[in-house]
Amino acid sequence: MGNKLDTYATNTWCPGCGNFAILAAIKSVFLSLAQEGLPLENVVLVSGIGCHGKIADYINVNSFYSLHGRVVPAASAIKISRPGLKVIGFAGDGDCYGEGLEHLIFAAKRNIDITMIVHNNRVYGLTTGQYTPTSPLNFKGRSTPGGTKELPLNPLELMLASGAGFISRGTSHGIELLKRLFKEAILHKGFSLVDVLQVCVTYYNMYEYYDKRVYELTDHNPEDYQQAVAKIREWDYNQDARIALGLLYKKQAPTFEDNFLYPPADPAVRNDLVKRILEKTV
Amino acid sequence: MQEFSVLIGGKAGFGIDTSGLIIARILNQLGYRVYIYRDYPSVIRGGHTFSIIRAAEEKISTHRNQIDLLLALNQDTADFHKSRLTTGSALIYDADSVKIDTGMGIPVAKIIKEENATEIMRNTCLIGAFCKACAIPEEILVKVLKQSISSEVDLNLKVALRGYSQAQLLTRLKPLTSKPLPILSGNEAIGLGLAAAGLNSYFAYPMTPSSGILHFLAKHSADFGLKVVHPESEIAVMLMALGAAYAGQKTAVGTSGGGFCLMTEGLSFSGMAELPVVIVLGQRTGPSTGLPTYTGQTELNFALWAGQGEFSRLIVAPADSEQAFYWSAVALNLAVKFQVPAIILSDKTMAEGGYSFDIATIKLPPEEQFLAWDRKDAYKRYLDTENGVSGLAFAPEKEAIIKINSYEHDESGITTEDPQITKKMQAKRLRKEKYLSEELRKYKVVNTAGGLDSFVAVVGWGSNAGVCAEAARNLGVRFIQPVVLWPFPLEQFKRAIEGVKKIICVENNSQGQLAGLIANAGIKVSERVLRSDGRPFTLDELEQELKPRING
Repeated sequence: MGNKLDTYATNTWCPGCGNFAILAAIKSVFLSLAQEGLPLENVVLVSGIGCHGKIADYINVNSFYSLHGRVVPAASAIKISRPGLKVIGFAGDGDCYGEGLEHLIFAAKRNIDITMIVHNNRVYGLTTGQYTPTSPLNFKGRSTPGGTKELPLNPLELMLASGAGFISRGTSHGIELLKRLFKEAILHKGFSLVDVLQVCVTYYNMYEYYDKRVYELTDHNPEDYQQAVAKIREWDYNQDARIALGLLYKKQAPTFEDNFLYPPADPAVRNDLVKRILEKTV
Repeated sequence: MQEFSVLIGGKAGFGIDTSGLIIARILNQLGYRVYIYRDYPSVIRGGHTFSIIRAAEEKISTHRNQIDLLLALNQDTADFHKSRLTTGSALIYDADSVKIDTGMGIPVAKIIKEENATEIMRNTCLIGAFCKACAIPEEILVKVLKQSISSEVDLNLKVALRGYSQAQLLTRLKPLTSKPLPILSGNEAIGLGLAAAGLNSYFAYPMTPSSGILHFLAKHSADFGLKVVHPESEIAVMLMALGAAYAGQKTAVGTSGGGFCLMTEGLSFSGMAELPVVIVLGQRTGPSTGLPTYTGQTELNFALWAGQGEFSRLIVAPADSEQAFYWSAVALNLAVKFQVPAIILSDKTMAEGGYSFDIATIKLPPEEQFLAWDRKDAYKRYLDTENGVSGLAFAPEKEAIIKINSYEHDESGITTEDPQITKKMQAKRLRKEKYLSEELRKYKVVNTAGGLDSFVAVVGWGSNAGVCAEAARNLGVRFIQPVVLWPFPLEQFKRAIEGVKKIICVENNSQGQLAGLIANAGIKVSERVLRSDGRPFTLDELEQELKPRING
């Protein structure tokens, strides 16, 4: 992979971590987009806190290494401020489907043109093994030694209900699909989400489980809402079921950042405005 | 000093707020300087709400308990505020809804019915009566109503003139020679000051008493080319502000204590990542939800220490609209210059109070720009420099990779846990405060007035400075207002107290938070005059409180 995209930071992910697949896929997508004419200085990567967040240190592009749960608002404002940028958020399931979930819902609702790539390993890794919003019922983590007593969220169903216009899923065992989905999500005009069933080899190794159940969508029309609902509901992140991968739902809609396209007033105009506003309050 | 106070009251939903502004504008047209105190409960309809409009020959920013004229739209207003009347005061009331054995009744309901007008126009009718009673020319009444009312102007005028013709002359209010001035709330002044200083983005979640800034800037956003966003929570507000700052936007947010609680993690991030943001913290009566529509000065300590870790910050506390305009512009400038968070400590009294505003007295400093990357070496977002401030590049920038980080980081913005780098970067961030302090020497950050040769000094901050200044002048003692509260302006404060033997600190809280800050700087505060019931000090009350302490 191109040295140009590497930094001097030492990679500290566990050997076999699913994050490597995401890292390799996104770097490959960046190179491919660059070849097609996207200047890489137009890319801003935003990450949260958790194992996934280190991706900000590992890729030599502009980055905003945010707080836990706060990828989406920072990414949204960067896009509103400079609509010409490609803003790509990387978040964990803990820091996006749990803490900060409201931001994700609102970004989907606003259809702001950012891409969210969720490293959904269904466990807290960096804090050493607690359940997350997508862990299955009875998950035994360090905070729930007797097993969780709550059902997981189906984040894709939630995104659909929130108005997201690009909903997709991949796994860390399918790098070619990840590349396709990442690229398509980045090029989609509007909010896009890629839920990556990424595997934490240390605290929740699901490689075998996923390998047996995942299948890539063929003959699926992502613009058909009913088909999308059926495929999104096929697996609820809890019960055993087939797990559809690929682009599940897609629609086009006006994007939020386009509401702010007026230029800042220059100082002379500003001073004149101040005067006029004051006159009205006499 | 020639002065005159009017109280108008009724239920929330009666249009008391607009009426107060109309009365202030009428008095403004007569050449008076005005101050409006607004008192309302946290309801949309019902409850008791009132405004006190005080007009005087000179600039004022406080009200008195005693009033010259009471305008009562309902029984509660007459009952609650009768005690404010003195010999020489007058009462005008709606004879159809108030039973009282004194004052001048106007058949407001009857007039409304005859003119086929609406309930909300009852106040217009009473304002008409007020003008006649005070010998205010009809033209002024008509002019101000036309300017202030946007719908059914003709009918409003008709109702007002019916009130005018029904009333009798009670007192002749002397017109003055000064020219009328704009009347601006603290919130409007903050918004205007930020906009004038080149604000690009404003993020806020509605919360009393700061919502007025959001409304004001949203209304004028397209004209100023401002991006104004009301997101899902104060957490989103703060993180959006930081995202915007990363993208090179001059950015501000506004909230009250509860919202600021949610912002503190982002505040600390602002300090760590050196992403400048101005935070307007409008104080109200706490703790918790407290008294949402009443005032307080209980968040100085919170503003000083909010956020985990140690980082540089600026805190300013303007007293009135003119100071709010100026210091909001300065706060934005300094946040930009030093890449630090800057807090404007406002409070309900100042934020929602109305003040005569004379822009001729204010000279804004030139607009600061972000220090630009010099392009000499490869770009490092956190390049260590003498004053700790690094040159900036903003995406898209072909020659630079711009990395900001909430973790401790090296000069390039890459995460580190190395002790040497940690030490160096902490020092870089904290060093900025020293240079900020030096920069502040260029500004008058401690105001003084009153009896400058007095051995007694009354110290007030925020909105309280107005009442302290006037009381100190009346009592012949010195008045001191530190406008910048952090970095604490020790040098200018020491100069202000030269010769002072007794410092009396006046605050709207129960612990004396400024007194604590002054004491921490090694200066003895002899007396604390504190009020924490949600109401600001009135001039008469404060004078009563101060007299024994000055003489004792």
